[in-house]
Amino acid sequence: MGMRASGSPPERVADETPVPDEWVRALSGGGFERERATARLHEMLLRVARAEVRRRSGQLRISGPELDDLAYQAAADAVLAVIAKIGQFRGESRFTTWAYKFVIFEVSGKIGRHFWRHPAVPLEAGDWDRLPDRFGLDPARESEWRDLARALRRAVEEELTEHQRRVFTAIWVDGVPLDALVAELGSNRNALYKTMFDARRKLRASLVANGYLHENPVRHS
Amino acid sequence: MNSWPELDRFLQTDPRDAGCDKAMELLHVYAEMTVADPRAAELAYPEVAAHLRACGPCAEDLEGLLAAVRTDLTEQ
Repeated sequence: MGMRASGSPPERVADETPVPDEWVRALSGGGFERERATARLHEMLLRVARAEVRRRSGQLRISGPELDDLAYQAAADAVLAVIAKIGQFRGESRFTTWAYKFVIFEVSGKIGRHFWRHPAVPLEAGDWDRLPDRFGLDPARESEWRDLARALRRAVEEELTEHQRRVFTAIWVDGVPLDALVAELGSNRNALYKTMFDARRKLRASLVANGYLHENPVRHS
Repeated sequence: MNSWPELDRFLQTDPRDAGCDKAMELLHVYAEMTVADPRAAELAYPEVAAHLRACGPCAEDLEGLLAAVRTDLTEQ
C-alpha cells in the first residue's frame, strides 16, 4: 500500500510521540516510559473518540458533557484494549491506524449500549404495522407491498428458527440497531450478523419460491 | 414486484461476505488501502468489501476510521 506502516514520519514526530517500534516497546515495558506512552496514547484516542461521537451524534439523544463522557470512557477502554493486544500489532498499517480502530469499536459499543437508556422501541415490540412508515412505502402501491409484507411475515413465522425470528424482528421490523441488540442480548456483532445473514437468505429463498421476488444474481463489484 | 426495493436489496446475500469478525480484524489495513485507492482495497479484500456493503455497523466503523486517518494525513 502507498502509506507508511508507521505512526508518523519520525522527522515530524513531536518530541513525546513514539514511532511505531517505540510504541510497542514503550507500551510493552514499564516505568516512566510506559506511563508517558500511555498518556500520549490516551490523548490521541480521546481526540479520535471525540471526533467520532460528534460524527455519530445524530444517532444519540445526548449532547454536551454526556457526549464527552462517552468519548472519554471509549478512549480509556480503548487504551486498555491496545495495551492488552499490543503483541498482535504486526506493522500492517500505521500504529495509530491500528490503535484508532479500537477506539472506533469502543464508541460503537457504547452507542449501542446507550440506545437502551432512551429506547425508541422496547425489545420484542414486533410492530409490523409501523413498517410502511419506517420504510416510506408508496401508498399508491399499497396492495402490492401489503401482499409482500404478509408473505414476509408468514416466512418469518414459518422459515426462521426462534432465535433468527427474534433477531430479524428486532432489527428489521423494529429498527433496533445491531450493536444495541448485541448489548441487550450479551452477544457479539459477528454472531448476530451471521444470524441475520442466514435469516435473510432463508426469507429471500421463500419469497422467490412463492413468486414475490425475482431471483436476481448477486451483483459482484 | 418492486414495490419494496429496500426489502429486496436487504434480503440479498453475497456468499463472499467475510462476516464482522474478519472485517473488524482487517479494518485498519483496509482503511489505509481505501485512503490510498478504494478500488485497490476492494480488489485486495473482496470478502471484506462484500461485508462492508451489507453490514451497516462495520461500514460505519470504517467511515469513522477513515475520518481519523484522513485527519492525521491533513495535519502532517
